[in-house]
Amino acid sequence: MIPAAFAYARPTTVDEALQAIADGGEDVKVLAGGQSLIPVMRLRLAAPETVVDLTRVAELRGVREEGDVLVVGAMTTHSDVLADPLLAQYGQLLVQATETVADRQVRHRGTFGGALAHADPAGDLPAVALALDAEFVLVGPSGRRTVPASEFFVDYLTTALEEGELLVEIRLPKLGSEWGVRYEKFNRVAQAWSIVAVAAAVRREGGRIAEARIGLTNMGSTPLRATATEAALLGADVSLEAVTAAAALAADGTSPSSDLNAQADYRQHLARVLTRRALSAATGL
Amino acid sequence: MTQINVRVDGTSYSDDVEPRTLLVHYLREGLGKVGTVVGCDTSNCGACTVHLDGEAVKSCTVLAVQADGGTVTTIEGIADGGTLHPMQKAFHEMHGLQCGFCTPGMIMASIDLVGDNPDPSDDEVREGIEGNLCRCTGYQNIVRAVQQAAAEMRGTGTASAPAEAVARA
Ligand SMILES: Cc1cc2nc3c(=O)[nH]c(=O)nc-3n(C[C@H](O)[C@H](O)[C@H](O)COP(=O)(O)OP(=O)(O)OC[C@H]3O[C@@H](n4cnc5c(N)ncnc54)[C@H](O)[C@@H]3O)c2cc1C
Ligand code: FES
Ligand code: FES
Repeated sequence: MIPAAFAYARPTTVDEALQAIADGGEDVKVLAGGQSLIPVMRLRLAAPETVVDLTRVAELRGVREEGDVLVVGAMTTHSDVLADPLLAQYGQLLVQATETVADRQVRHRGTFGGALAHADPAGDLPAVALALDAEFVLVGPSGRRTVPASEFFVDYLTTALEEGELLVEIRLPKLGSEWGVRYEKFNRVAQAWSIVAVAAAVRREGGRIAEARIGLTNMGSTPLRATATEAALLGADVSLEAVTAAAALAADGTSPSSDLNAQADYRQHLARVLTRRALSAATGL
Repeated sequence: MTQINVRVDGTSYSDDVEPRTLLVHYLREGLGKVGTVVGCDTSNCGACTVHLDGEAVKSCTVLAVQADGGTVTTIEGIADGGTLHPMQKAFHEMHGLQCGFCTPGMIMASIDLVGDNPDPSDDEVREGIEGNLCRCTGYQNIVRAVQQAAAEMRGTGTASAPAEAVARA
């Protein structure tokens, strides 16, 4: 099928984009990589009056450093992420997760910002942003605001973005060499989408775990943190016993959905197994 | 209608299109480039893969207006006159197709893969073409074809001159 007719705007700056959104009528959709939006429009599940294409807003694309923080522009594509030298050094968790997203054609077009704004529970990048306590910079008619990841993902396909607002950049902490990371994903071969996945980052001090951050993909309507596991790891020895005991808590407090791919209890089982694997890899066990 | 200027398979075009026109429909219905096919409605099959500004994309998931000012290469633009592209030749020689429906997309995705990874292993080929579905071949011969073409494109071997290739390797 082809999408329903729409008016098309192609701004080249954030200010122009905000203006185009304001002028676009009742139902305006922002187009980033289009890898979620165009399929949905093709099936006529969305039929916006106006589409504002961000592809030429150059200021939204690229990665830069600001002290201890990596600033990733919303229009940075998945392929850009995989090729970026700063992310290669300080953003390995995002790189590992992005490698598993879709296929090379989709990664050439799809963007980091689009994947976060879309907030699909099976999407791989929201859990990474949540695990890293990323900050989301939003710009709208009433100015600029920064929203923590813990408040950005509100519900199924729903974020803190207000009407007329754009996600412009995502701020991630740099993870240096004291951190070990791993993205562990379980999916069907012909479908890249996660059935369940786990994003883990662990900081070691001596033989102990000083800090652990664990994000869960597709264990609820939003990405989640495995808080019980994180707490159990604080100060724990880096040992298979400690990691296994902590991973057994990974599904605590979750209520994942049941669908064609997996029942809820199977998802909880997967979360525990994948968390153990992710932690073992992240701590070098 | 929106005017677009786009270079496709070496020829420049200037056309008015509706913004909702998908790139694949512009190529097939606007330019008659029916070598690029549509195999699904979900962006999953990859049959529609073309190169936009040198990168493989699913042309059913790009708007024609987004190609404005850009360069598109389709399956119809990769042969050099009467000489097949090494990837086309290898799919032919290694029987990398049966019905042939997935083949245009397979070939365009594989050329993109070999551009990034000139010597892909079996697993790397399978991952590199994960966005392309084939309902016939079981992929085995596709993987062989991609590796043979990769060798030819590296200049370390060709199927038509295997002895020479071995000698050089
Ligand atoms: C075949 C296929 C397989 C896939 N597999 C996976 C997978 O395994 N894992 C995974 O994580 N993803 C997967 N995806 C989705 C892919 O990652 C998309 O790139 C992503 O979901 C959306 O990014 P986009 O840039 O294409 O956004 P678009 O499709 O352009 O936009 C998505 C939504 O976000 C909004 N939006 C986009 N950018 C902004 C912004 N800056 N500010 C405000 N709103 C914005 C749009 O209005 C729209 O509602 C797959 C997609 C396809 C087609
Ligand atoms: S027709 Fe484009 S992916 Fe199937
Ligand atoms: S050869 Fe028939 S679908 Fe691949």
